[in-house]
Amino acid sequence: MIEVKDLTKYYGNLCALDRINFQIHKGEVLGLLGPNGAGKTTCMRILTCYLNPTSGNITVKGMNVTDRSRSIKQIMGYLPENAPLYPEMLVFDYLDYVADARGLSRETKLKRVEYLSRICAIREVMHQPIGELSKGYKQRVGLAQAMMGDPEILVLDEPTSGLDPNQIVEIREIIREIGREKTVILSTHILSEAEATCDRAVIIHQGRIVADGNITELKESAGRDTRIILTLANTEPGKARSVLEKVPGVMGIETEPCPGDPAIHFSLAVQPGKDIRVPVYRAIKSQDWDLLEFHRQSKSLEHIFRELTKENVQ
Amino acid sequence: MKQILNIVRKELASYFVSPIAYIVIAIFLVVTGWFFFSTFFLYNQASMRGFFSLLPIILSFVVPAVTMKLFSEEFNRGSYEMLMTLPVTQVEVILGKFVAALGFIVVMLIPTVVYALTISGMGDLDPGPVLGGYLGAVLLGGLFAAVGLFASSLTRNQIIAFIIALAICFFLSLIDKMLFFLPKGILSIMSYLGADFHFSNIARGVLDSRDLLYFISMTFIALYGTHLVVQERK
Repeated sequence: MIEVKDLTKYYGNLCALDRINFQIHKGEVLGLLGPNGAGKTTCMRILTCYLNPTSGNITVKGMNVTDRSRSIKQIMGYLPENAPLYPEMLVFDYLDYVADARGLSRETKLKRVEYLSRICAIREVMHQPIGELSKGYKQRVGLAQAMMGDPEILVLDEPTSGLDPNQIVEIREIIREIGREKTVILSTHILSEAEATCDRAVIIHQGRIVADGNITELKESAGRDTRIILTLANTEPGKARSVLEKVPGVMGIETEPCPGDPAIHFSLAVQPGKDIRVPVYRAIKSQDWDLLEFHRQSKSLEHIFRELTKENVQ
Repeated sequence: MKQILNIVRKELASYFVSPIAYIVIAIFLVVTGWFFFSTFFLYNQASMRGFFSLLPIILSFVVPAVTMKLFSEEFNRGSYEMLMTLPVTQVEVILGKFVAALGFIVVMLIPTVVYALTISGMGDLDPGPVLGGYLGAVLLGGLFAAVGLFASSLTRNQIIAFIIALAICFFLSLIDKMLFFLPKGILSIMSYLGADFHFSNIARGVLDSRDLLYFISMTFIALYGTHLVVQERK
């Protein structure tokens, strides 16, 4: 449905996007992940026809963003980061204005405003100036605005940033709900959010794509790489290290003393594909140590993300 | 066309929901009323020439205050991003904002019709110069609004937008009073550039195509400049 091809964007000499390629299929919820300044917003701005690419292009249903912008804008709803709205306008007036700009007829307009005010739970603030709303309400008004034209594609730039945990859950539910029928593209740097809402994730770092795939796939591909986390007391780091090293399958040990606590944390790197919990436990049991904590940690999306975006990519 | 009207409606509404519109209009009326009527009776003539000769200078102050927010505020809040991702084109946005500002100026001028009515009660007021004066005022307001829009598109700071627009409008209003400073060679060009010169022609009740062409072309240039500046942001 959406095809991003060799997309490059320079701001002066600064390269924001460097030959990015990916596709988005109909009905997919795609998460655009990456640290701040990675190029997520730039990518979305080009997709929504707000910016022109320096080179390369995006086609939406076969239409090019640079020359068919009006048709594309017609089928797309966009919520920029922090929902920049007009503070002096009333919520109802604003939605009415957006509905007119989207060319809705009088009857559909009222029905649509009614429907969206229910879905986004903004009914009780319809006659308040936007400037007086709390952040969560503003975000939801922005979401209602984005969905006004019943768009096929919904683009949301950090839809949950700055919201409290309850509001985050609410917004995620709304996004999930919309994602059943529509194509949704959302950007975030919160990984649990991508896990909770997206089918697929594209990770961008320094203007390049470093990973692209199904979230479960991404996790599985890294899942074999596990660690065992231990907390031991009544021992010394050097001694414990020499014992644990001898357990077959342990690739490396990191220790970390806890401040104000005689216990020591150990993190064992495990040989891929091996389950060494039993030998590790036996090794500990054979000593006179106190075992306070023992668990296996698979790599979460956080780890993948951190590894992919830690160093500079070539 | 529908999109332009929609933007005009929104911009006009946002002018009149805030107190700034009423303050600007009140100041405009107080200042023009005071300067005009304080010398009106000394001339002992039933004409509005005094009022119209004040207009270029006063509009140079007032119009930039009206137009300064049009783009700057949107850039500053980021709402411009939201606006441009609605199915509207950039030209529609510029024209919509321009027409809204011009509409505001017309609304501001309407109460001064009372001056004409009052004067016509006191003496024999010649309608030609008055009608010409109002036509000229609308053209002049349009030119200044376009200049103000251009200044507003340059910056996200409303005060800077105001000062740039004020400087350009001031230049256009005063240039033909400063001509004696200039060398002979560029004299005719500079006097042609002056908005005051063309405005006073129209305000005398003489409709010359050169004066109309001046206002229309200068307004177009300012709007086109706005278009180029805004385009550059992409």
